Parts: sequence; C-alpha cells; structure tokens
Amino acid sequence: MTEPLLRARNVSHTYSRRNRVTPALAGVSLSVQAHEFVCVVGDSGSGKSTLLRILGGLLAPTSGLVQFEGNTVRAPQPQIGFVFQNTNLMPWRTALENVLLPLELRKPLADQDRERARAALALMGLGKFADAYPSQLSGGMAQRVTLTRALLQSPALLLMDEPFGALDALTRERLNQELLRICHDRQQTVLMITHSIQEAVFLADRVLVLSGQPGSLQGIIPVHLPRPRTLEMLTRPQAGALISEIRACLATGAEQAARQ
Amino acid sequence: MKDSSILFPGAPADDGTDPAAPQTIEHPAPRTRRQAGRVRDWIARHPALAAFPFVLSAALLLWEALVRWQEYPVFILPGPRTVLRKALAMAVDGSLLRHAQATVIEIGAGLLIGLTLAFLLGYWLGRSRTLDRILSPYLVASQTIPVVAIAPLLVIWFGSGLLSKVLVTTIMVFFPTLVSTVVGIRNVDPDLRELMRSLRASRRQLFLKLELPGALPVIFSGLKLSVILAVVGAIVGEFVGADQGLGFLINLGRGVLDTPMIFVAVLMIVLLAQGMYWSVTLLESYLLRWKQLGLKDGD
Ligand SMILES: Nc1ncnc2c1ncn2[C@@H]1O[C@H](COP(=O)(O)OP(=O)(O)OP(=O)(O)O)[C@@H](O)[C@H]1O
Ligand SMILES: [Mg+2]
Repeated sequence: MTEPLLRARNVSHTYSRRNRVTPALAGVSLSVQAHEFVCVVGDSGSGKSTLLRILGGLLAPTSGLVQFEGNTVRAPQPQIGFVFQNTNLMPWRTALENVLLPLELRKPLADQDRERARAALALMGLGKFADAYPSQLSGGMAQRVTLTRALLQSPALLLMDEPFGALDALTRERLNQELLRICHDRQQTVLMITHSIQEAVFLADRVLVLSGQPGSLQGIIPVHLPRPRTLEMLTRPQAGALISEIRACLATGAEQAARQ
Repeated sequence: MKDSSILFPGAPADDGTDPAAPQTIEHPAPRTRRQAGRVRDWIARHPALAAFPFVLSAALLLWEALVRWQEYPVFILPGPRTVLRKALAMAVDGSLLRHAQATVIEIGAGLLIGLTLAFLLGYWLGRSRTLDRILSPYLVASQTIPVVAIAPLLVIWFGSGLLSKVLVTTIMVFFPTLVSTVVGIRNVDPDLRELMRSLRASRRQLFLKLELPGALPVIFSGLKLSVILAVVGAIVGEFVGADQGLGFLINLGRGVLDTPMIFVAVLMIVLLAQGMYWSVTLLESYLLRWKQLGLKDGD
C-alpha cells in the first residue's frame, strides 16, 4: 500500500470551557488513500464534526497527530477544501462571488477565473443562478454552491460535514448522485461525514464507524460495490449485509458507552 | 422564464425559451392607460413621498388659517408668508448661507472625528470581550451625563469658536455608532469566521471581506441616529456661545424678538437633518441592496 494522503494517529479531543470538560473524541486512528471516498458514520454527538475540524487543521487535538501528505497538520492547509454542516454563504455576495471567494483570497481575480467559476456553477446545474444572492436560492441550491466553491479550489482532499444533512431525502439522493459523478470524474479524494448508513454505503469505498461519547472508532467496513454506483444497488443483498454490519457496529459502540 | 423574474423582480419575462410556459401575446395598452399605470406603480412604491405635497400644503394652510383667525402679532406667531419673505431676504443678503455653512462645518467635523473614533474603538471592543468588559461600564456611565449640561464647560475650556462646537457634536455622534459597531462586529456569523479561517484569510482580508460587510447592516442603524444627533450637537453648542450658525440665529432672534428669523433657522435645521438622514438611508439601500432582493417572506 502507498503512503496515505491523510493519516490520523491516536487523536483525542476534550473540550474544556469554564470548568466543564466534554470528552469528544478518544484515540481515533485512520487513514485516507489518494482517490478514495471515505465516509464516517456515527450518531449525533459522537464527535464527527470535531474529528473533521481536527483533520482539516481548524482545531488542535488535545493529543494525537494528524499528517497530510506526510507533514503534520497544525493549521488549515491550502490543499484541503471544506464543505461545512451549515450552509455558509455570504449573503451579500452572489452565488458566483461566493464561489470565487477562495481564489480572491489568494490572488487578484482574472477574467478567466470568473469564466471558470461560471462554468463550474453551470456544471452543477446553477448556470442561471450565478448572479442570484443566497437568499434567492433554495437550500439544495445553496449547498451546491458551497460544494462548487470547495471544488473550484481543486483541493487534494475534500472534507465534508453532512453537506446535505439539512435537505429533504429526494434532493439529497439527487445531490449524492451528482457528487459521486463529479468525484469520480475528478478522482477526488473525499472524507465525508454523514449520519445516514445508506448514504455511506452508497457513496463510500470505506465506511468508518464512530460511536460512543467520547467517540471512538468501532470499525472500518470496506464497501465492495461496483462503480459507477446506482441507487438500485442499495437493494442488493450485499448492500443489505453491509448496512446491518454497520448498524451492529454502531450498536456495540453504544453498548460500550452505556456500560462505562 | 422563471429565473429572470427571480433575479430581477418585476422585470418582464424574456423570450419564451421555456417550452412549458404558455405562449402569451402582449397587446400594448393605450398610451394614456400605460402612463396612468406607471404613476400608480410609483405611488404604490413610495406612498410617503407621494403623500408629502398634500401633507405639506395642508400644514401650511392650517398655519395660515390659525394666524389669520387669532390675529397673532408677528413676534408671537408669524404666518408662512412672512417667514418665506424673511427667508428670501436672508438668502439675498447672504446671511442665511453664512450661518448655515458654519453649522454644516461643525456638523461635518464633528461627524468625521466622532464616527472615526467610534468605528475604531467599536471594532476593537467588538473583537475583544475582555476589553469590552473593562471599558463598557465607563462608556455607559458617560452616557448618563447630559451633553447639554457639559456644553458650557466645553465652551469655557475651548472657547466659543469652532472647536467647542465640534467637540459637542463629536460627543453626541460617538455613542450610537460605537454601540452599533460593537454589536455588528460581534454578530458576524461564526460559521463565516470559520470559513475564512479554513481559507487562511489574512487579518486584512478578514476585515474587508467578512467583518465590514457583515457588520454594515447593524452599523447603519447607529449611523442614522448619529447623523441626526450631530445636528442637535452643533445647535446645542451654538446655543451656549457662538457668533454664527443656525443655533446662534435662534438665540439672536429671541434677543431682538425677530420671530420670523427663528422660524427660518428652525426650518433650515430641519432641512439639514432630513437631508443628512436621507443621504445615509440612500447610501444604506445602495450598499445593502442584496437585502432587498430576497424572495423570502418578511425580508
Ligand atoms: N465548541 C465546543 N465546545 C464545547 N463542547 C463542544 C464543542 N463542540 C462540540 N462539543 C461537544 O463535543 C461533542 C461532539 O460534538 P460534535 O459536534 O463533534 O458531534 P457530531 O458527531 O458532529 O454531532 P452531529 O451529528 O449532531 O453534528 C458533543 O458532546 C458536543 O457537545
Ligand atoms: Mg456535526
């Protein structure tokens, strides 16, 4: 096996605020290979967002080490793109201007950047909404804009925190299919957090199960469904077995947490 | 098509490239009817502006009627025509402009200094909670001192020239803008702060691309209050001791029982304050035009 793109070693995190300590993560080790799509599932409060923020260098772990391309991560990296749990568009910028923000922070914009951003939005089915403000977009469109913004930076690694969590099931399914297509075309490396087991099985090459409070890794389940994936595959017995396996994994974690 | 009306509310639909849309053939309405429709649109959009001429005429008529009916002497209540005549006379001999100009300079300088200080300190307090905790009690306490009461002191210390008026104005405009700047900076969406951090934005970029535009809506609410208070500050300063300005005119008019002159000065002050308020409002609706475009109810 080649050197992984991202590696976490024994990462733990405890929030402490005004004498209140909340252990959020305990001894998580994981790795993500280049061009791999990894999903992390876990129930609410199992430290998924905490893990993502640590992996992206937004939060320093209380103990443990994160390495990206062999270097220790201590701050946000230019090669890591984020899509956060909450839609975070600037309301005073149009969709296009929001998408251009990361480029704008790096260098003065050229006309070709604008064209590229416009094309990227069109590719995401937002061509007509490039000049619309976020308040004029539906939740699904807005989240597609944040995804476009992250992808336009061509990050080596895309970290996503329940990107479609706030959307209805139908929109979510459609966006997941789009996401898979795009990531496949670009051979994008992705680590995505979700609390939907089905979604994880549909998208991922590997599913990491995080459970308990503090959250710890309960299992790593490889998904050997062929690509390109279709929704129909989720009805196959193979997928059904995977889903039960992940569910069982989550349950063991919850039991352990209850016993402690 | 659907989205053209979303982007430009009220804009005509563009050529029907949407096959689902029913074909409509537009018959141009007769010219007069179209114009009537346009006027009605304008009235619907600006009801206050449309009503203003009527309100103004009604007020003037009422005023004139009152003066005629009660037959007040001019030094008690001059009629509107007397006031207008006085205003014209003062405009012709240049005194109106000279005094208005003095007041405007005081207001301008006071705003410049007061707002700059308020923005700087407000930004600083908005960024640091500790500093805010330390300084806020004093700032709030300072607001319980009536400016009218300390204006004489300022005149004693700094003379009856420009400086004392500028200082009174500065003190008046400072607080509302300070508070709104602190609140505005503090209310910047933490998710957007985290976004900027993930994009490794510099301090300068954070300020220019996030904090400033993010705080602007709140800052404007304080700014509008400040510009009105600036007028009050300059007039109060002039009341206490001055040899020119609109406030001085009022004092002078009282002394020589020239009531029409007081009226002219008061009207000028009102015009000035209105002009400044509406300029800020106009600037606001231009800078925050993104706020008016939302489709969501209640925006
Ligand atoms: N900034 C913070 N300060 C203190 N405690 C925090 C903070 N952020 C998260 N926590 C705590 O850490 C734990 C894990 O939180 P985290 O947000 O990582 O969970 P999550 O798995 O992402 O949950 P969800 O699925 O609801 O998003 C929770 O118990 C939470 O209360
Ligand atoms: Mg979360």
